[in-house]
Amino acid sequence: MASILAVDDSPSMRQMVAFTLKGTGYQVIEAVDGEEALNYAKSRNVNLVITDVNMPNMDGISLIKALRSLPGYKFTPLLMLTTESSSEKKQQGKAAGATGWIVKPFNPEQLLSTVKKVLG
Amino acid sequence: MTIDLSQFHQVFFEESFEGLGVMESGLLRMDPGAVDGEEINVLFRAAHSIKGGSATFGFNDIAAFTHVMESLLDEVREQRRQLTSRSLAVLLSSIDVLRAMLTAASGDGALDNALVARQQQELEAVLNNRESSPVIEHCAAPQANSAIDQVIGWHLVFRPLPNMMRTGNDPLRIIRELAGLGELDVKVDISLLPGFEQFDPEECHLCWDLHLHAAVEQARINEIFEWVEEQCDLVIVPLPGKDPASSTSNDQDVERDAETPRVSLVPAADSEAERHAGNERRRTDRRENERTASGAGSIRVDIQKIDNLINVVGELVITQSMLSMLGENFQMGQLERLKEGLSEMERHTHELQESVMQIRMLPISSIFSRFPRIVHDLSNQMEKKIELRLTGENTEVDKTVIEKIGDPLVHLVRNSLDHGIEAPAERIAAGKPETGTIELKACHQGGNIVIEIRDDGSGLDPERILRKAIEKGLVDSETQLSEQQSYELIFQAGFSTVETISDLSGRGVGLDVVRRNINELGGTVEIESKPGRGSAIIIRLPLTLAILDGQSVSVGDEIYIIPLLSIIESIQVKPDMVNLIAGRAETCKLRGEYLPVIRLYEILGVQGYRTGELTDGLLVVVEGEGRRCGILVDELIGQQQVVIKPLEVNYQRVDGISAATILGDGSVALILDVPGIMRLANATPELRVLQCSA
Repeated sequence: MASILAVDDSPSMRQMVAFTLKGTGYQVIEAVDGEEALNYAKSRNVNLVITDVNMPNMDGISLIKALRSLPGYKFTPLLMLTTESSSEKKQQGKAAGATGWIVKPFNPEQLLSTVKKVLG
Repeated sequence: MTIDLSQFHQVFFEESFEGLGVMESGLLRMDPGAVDGEEINVLFRAAHSIKGGSATFGFNDIAAFTHVMESLLDEVREQRRQLTSRSLAVLLSSIDVLRAMLTAASGDGALDNALVARQQQELEAVLNNRESSPVIEHCAAPQANSAIDQVIGWHLVFRPLPNMMRTGNDPLRIIRELAGLGELDVKVDISLLPGFEQFDPEECHLCWDLHLHAAVEQARINEIFEWVEEQCDLVIVPLPGKDPASSTSNDQDVERDAETPRVSLVPAADSEAERHAGNERRRTDRRENERTASGAGSIRVDIQKIDNLINVVGELVITQSMLSMLGENFQMGQLERLKEGLSEMERHTHELQESVMQIRMLPISSIFSRFPRIVHDLSNQMEKKIELRLTGENTEVDKTVIEKIGDPLVHLVRNSLDHGIEAPAERIAAGKPETGTIELKACHQGGNIVIEIRDDGSGLDPERILRKAIEKGLVDSETQLSEQQSYELIFQAGFSTVETISDLSGRGVGLDVVRRNINELGGTVEIESKPGRGSAIIIRLPLTLAILDGQSVSVGDEIYIIPLLSIIESIQVKPDMVNLIAGRAETCKLRGEYLPVIRLYEILGVQGYRTGELTDGLLVVVEGEGRRCGILVDELIGQQQVVIKPLEVNYQRVDGISAATILGDGSVALILDVPGIMRLANATPELRVLQCSA
């Protein structure tokens, strides 16, 4: 089954995302910020990255930009977790190369259906 | 598959309370004139996390409230707003309210909704001073349901821009999603493909002509293309048709719209209401709520401690298997090895005990960390200038002690601030620096932890205290007391000074309750003072509540344990030390002091005691609640560590006895509660223990 990298500095969000996705059979790796995520991504290829935007050390948008510069991640779906009111962030994300976004707050079912769509 | 989100609530609450702590200390450190960019970011992220999590897990009120805080912080970090002292103050008080909201949501107490509403209004008022446009909190369902024409389908022309795939968007995926809506006719147009040499496989030069036969709204289609809006050319026109769309399929679409991530709709709202309405817990102090919510049932442990524990257990297992091998075919010649093995076992068991105790130990910083805020607020309230110095925050204390010492410490510090530190003008007049200092210090001393609260204020005035005590009828007007004895008076019940109702600690309790709380933890509290220079309150606590260092004594056939912490010394009474005062009150003269004598067998009703005369037995000189006395016992047996077993579990509370323990031979020994014994002695008319020793 596909592997997913979940990046968020909030433990409860990470837990919820990981639990939801693992329950369906995906393999989930968690990272607490962009830096940790980037390091992992450099050593191992994942099929999808879901990342929060506001994180210490390296924020989501910088992470997406950095991932796109890695040869293995040119076309990997990269999704941002954003809040409804931040259209600015969505634009920035897209400019950095994000595939799309999931709007917070979301419930597990929404997360799953979006992931299923993207991973096919 | 519906996932139960409540399994994540505990973690959410823990991380949110932590986040609040981070916000609070950050705000306290912040200087409105010089705002550090990274610090503000930290604050923003904390608020953002709490907001996101609370919305996700269904706590919508909390989300809405935190959202305003987050917006304020966002504006500051984007430098669209100055951080004024007013906004700082409002943010600080909002943190308190938010804490209360989280506590209530976690089921630990009721919430004052009016207070929340007021605070939120204040926040919004500050936010709107900037005349920034009102933030859109929840997008209402954006789709206009009005024009439900008789839509039978759509004709789309979809042309991705060449670089669309570089964002990880796959046209196939999008087309597949469309196909999920209904019957889809797909025609691909390859006319734009460049020649082979110029062909870049990473670019998209295909174009699609699609006919979707589905009675869906355009909004639904827009949604599918939402992510690639700017990266493609898209034309959507409705298919011409005369069939009226069936109403059922329209309803389905509306439902599907409601599921789009943009509507903040979370099913868990019901459980929040349940929590508010159903759960009835006792109303407790906000601080205790915070502690219970974050402390109940879980503890953070340094992984090093766990590794130590594992090592020790490993050694224990080795020794145990060695012993059991010895035991299998034991011969007397192996006696030495057996003894060695047993003593190793004892060593390892001791190490194990220490390792495990270490696990329950947490740095006292978790308590100390609330004091900057308390001192900050109180000094503003009292219009005094006070600096707080913390030392020894890393001193480790048992978790239970941490949970119970918080409130007493707050009362004591509040006392120092109130009565100790003088107003700035007074201080200057006395030649002191305008800013008073309070020092909170913690350290290990012997087998105990010592916490000191020192202030450089006006100190205690023994005469004023004595006068007040006489006024309140605590001592009679003829009494002469030494300075130290006068200080002890402030711990008497009924001495409570001015009823300062501070909302920080809730109740305006007297220091007698504080002392009792500390005694219940097996500790002692003393006070030192120098008039005009300052005072110090010194609290001594055992390192752990489960184990006690005690002196075992015997009276008749019974064995009792007296906590070492309470013992000053043990003496053999000589005939010239004995005195009878005013009838039957026995005292023993020791170094100029007259010690009241308590015959333990009389207090506890022990039969078969052997000591009739004071001079036959041994006198254990003990101290409790600032008073000293001598307890008469038959024999001293030895000093040992005992495991404390509460009586309430199997029996009931007994005056004069704090707990019980099981001795090495399996017999039960009772642990004396020294102040309790003294109180019992006082209560017995024949043994009136003197209030003071001259």
